[in-house]
Amino acid sequence: MKALGPRGLWLTVALLVLALLVLPFLVKNYRVFQFNLVLVYAIAILGLNLLTGFNGQISLGHGAFYAFGAYTAAVLMDKAGVPYWATLPAAGLLCFGFGLLLGFPALRLAGPYLALATYALALAVPQLLKYKRLEELTGGVQGIVLVKPDAPFAFSLLGQPLSQDRWLYFFTLAVAALMFLLSWNLLRGRVGRALVAIRDHPIAATAMGINLPLFKSLAFGVSAAITGVAGALGAITVAFVSPDSFTVSLSIFLLVGLVVGGLASIPGAIFGAVFIQFVPNIADDISKSAPSAIYGVLLIALMILMPSGVMGVLNGAWARLRARGS
Amino acid sequence: MPALLEVRGLNAAYGSIRVLHGIDFSLEAGRITAILGANGAGKTSSLRALCQTLKTSGSIVFDGHQLVGRATEDVVRMGVAHVPDGRGTFTALSVEENLRLGAYVRADRAGLALDMEKAFSRFPILKQRCHQQAGTLSGGEQQMLAISRALMLRPKLLLLDEPSFGLAPLVVAEIFSIMRRINQEDGVSMLVVEQNASLALDLADHAYLLETGRVVLSGTSAEIQQDESVRRAYLGY
Amino acid sequence: MDALLHQIVSGLANGCIYGSVALALVMIYQSTHHINFAQGEMATFSTFIAWALIQAGWPYWAAFATTVAISFAGGLLLQRLVLRQVEKAPVLTNVIVFIGLLLIFNALSGWIFEHTLKSFPSPFPKDSVLASRYVSAHELGSAAVMLGVLGALFVFFRLTPLGLAMRAAAQNPDSARLVGIRVSWMLALGWGLAAAIGSVAGMMIAPVVFLDPNMMAGILLYGFAAALLGGIDSPLGAVVGGFVVGVLENLLGAYVIGTELKLSVALVLIVATLTLRPNGLFGKTVVSRV
Repeated sequence: MKALGPRGLWLTVALLVLALLVLPFLVKNYRVFQFNLVLVYAIAILGLNLLTGFNGQISLGHGAFYAFGAYTAAVLMDKAGVPYWATLPAAGLLCFGFGLLLGFPALRLAGPYLALATYALALAVPQLLKYKRLEELTGGVQGIVLVKPDAPFAFSLLGQPLSQDRWLYFFTLAVAALMFLLSWNLLRGRVGRALVAIRDHPIAATAMGINLPLFKSLAFGVSAAITGVAGALGAITVAFVSPDSFTVSLSIFLLVGLVVGGLASIPGAIFGAVFIQFVPNIADDISKSAPSAIYGVLLIALMILMPSGVMGVLNGAWARLRARGS
Repeated sequence: MPALLEVRGLNAAYGSIRVLHGIDFSLEAGRITAILGANGAGKTSSLRALCQTLKTSGSIVFDGHQLVGRATEDVVRMGVAHVPDGRGTFTALSVEENLRLGAYVRADRAGLALDMEKAFSRFPILKQRCHQQAGTLSGGEQQMLAISRALMLRPKLLLLDEPSFGLAPLVVAEIFSIMRRINQEDGVSMLVVEQNASLALDLADHAYLLETGRVVLSGTSAEIQQDESVRRAYLGY
Repeated sequence: MDALLHQIVSGLANGCIYGSVALALVMIYQSTHHINFAQGEMATFSTFIAWALIQAGWPYWAAFATTVAISFAGGLLLQRLVLRQVEKAPVLTNVIVFIGLLLIFNALSGWIFEHTLKSFPSPFPKDSVLASRYVSAHELGSAAVMLGVLGALFVFFRLTPLGLAMRAAAQNPDSARLVGIRVSWMLALGWGLAAAIGSVAGMMIAPVVFLDPNMMAGILLYGFAAALLGGIDSPLGAVVGGFVVGVLENLLGAYVIGTELKLSVALVLIVATLTLRPNGLFGKTVVSRV
């Protein structure tokens, strides 16, 4: 960036933003739909990263928060007629509470035990969603079908209209930008340092006066809220929720995305999301079992060879470039 | 008579940080040798280098065998027992299990029982706490346990890393006097690393003084105790 | 009254299954201090190997023994080749690697053996004189096998020098090296034994629930609950925990919440145990000074 100078930096950013804004009009609707899912997963991974990457609390159950947010949005839209955009803060708030609630027993669980408990949570979710006594609310096995929102105004660019998917793209992009900005702001200050201190040296952190239980529980709450918002967006984007969309695989995929992108890296979430959205499509052509196998091999290979993920490699290369320049 | 331990040009590093710069020292069989120095001088690193738990280059000849490049487990099998700083006790296991582990590489079962009895007679408190979890022992008791565990190997060379660390003076005195007895009765050679110079010099026959990874002084304990600069810097008078 | 007895006995029988899985988990924990998330999938894969051998005409016990041996070797190799690379890495890294293994074994099972349900034979004759209307011959046989494994593990860990060395290597690898224990090989041995125990568990479970790649997913969770309840470092606890979990599952399912929320029961059990009694019923509380 030194080579580019401050004006060069702004120019690059501006070009990037422009590209993002024009992108949906350059491709077909289905691609836009896939991009929307990438953005949704990116937000979900961001939430997971806050808890696991930055704060070191291993969660194998973030799919549960995603599901909770998705069902909140679905139920509000379907049963209470709440407009789609209003379901996001509702999902966020409810998931915050849910996460906070889980955060308290989680305080007593170290590393692999927390992973185990969250894994159990993830496994239990589909059964809970199918539970007969909750059927009236959740729609049981059938799930809930939603109506995709229309764009609020007509618009056209490069011959392509502002379709539902394209409108949702901009909506999701805005929400994602907001989430990333808020997270970045939160993590670069006192809070971020406290979270990382707790991750790396909990005893020393306590000795320095950081209120461990408070931070750890709040980390759970905020992390759940962010992923819950992603879930709500996901429900709106796909216009459908059902118990079998939220199996333990979702939690594992989010973890894969986190690891690929880079633990404790905010921009990494985007790489991770791109990965988990597009790799299964390619891998599925090979065999039904291929995506799992690829993910498995990748997880292990990454942990051995590239533990800091894509962002780690990029950061490393960038640092070497700068060192050579100066 | 060839020395039991002959170290020449020993370098050691933690990753890319070098802590020992080509040091030389030796140890006669049956003797007690001390390695002195301030914090960060490289004393603990010297012992770790002997055990090969650190990356080393140079020459370490023990009992006629070259140690550099061997695995720690093999060095142990040659008769080197290391009592690490912090004791290294197996805190979740019982006192008795800790002692058994000390004899892990030995093949003779009968000798094991005998040595356990010896340990208990030397340190009666260990017999009392025989089935207790080692982590519940006090600092002094854990040090006794650590030394006993090392002796269960029937080692030719006993390495002790800061045995006085964190212990009350009375306890330290007791332990050091027992160490002298062990050396005299069983003929176990000892290499003692200590920050407490006067304590170490009372126990040892020979001593080496390390500063930032280099040997700056060596000689008999008496010689070192007389040395002006050592007296001022390390003995406090 | 009859129904209640039936539920309890059936629960005990299921408990054997959970206990067997829990034993494998305890084995891994005792030797590596890790929780093996891939245990279920590894056991399933082993069971498929046995199935393939039996399909090829091998007599049952020959297939059984060979599978156990292959699993042992496989577990050992797995540690030597893959897990050794992340031995010294933080917990999160290891958890991720275990999840990776879970995915790979699951995918392998599905790819090689496909997803159609298969039946797996039981070595215990159906019309044995010991079977009654409460408990089948297979259930009795599985229980005997599991108790046999338990006995062997107990003797191994508590009474043999090798078992002691394994426990030491898991707790304090540095000190273990200083007494001459080859720590890396201890870890490899632990994984080998765990894989072998897992394969035994799988071969006892398959006749009951039918064999398919996802056979163990829910059972693994119950195995975890059992292991935690009993104390993650206690083989006896694993077995007792298994029985408790099995009976609770049945009683709660029949009389309290219905059979649809079984996994939630496991979840609650796990969280409750970890929160209220983290060392389980038989685990040891370790005191460590900061």
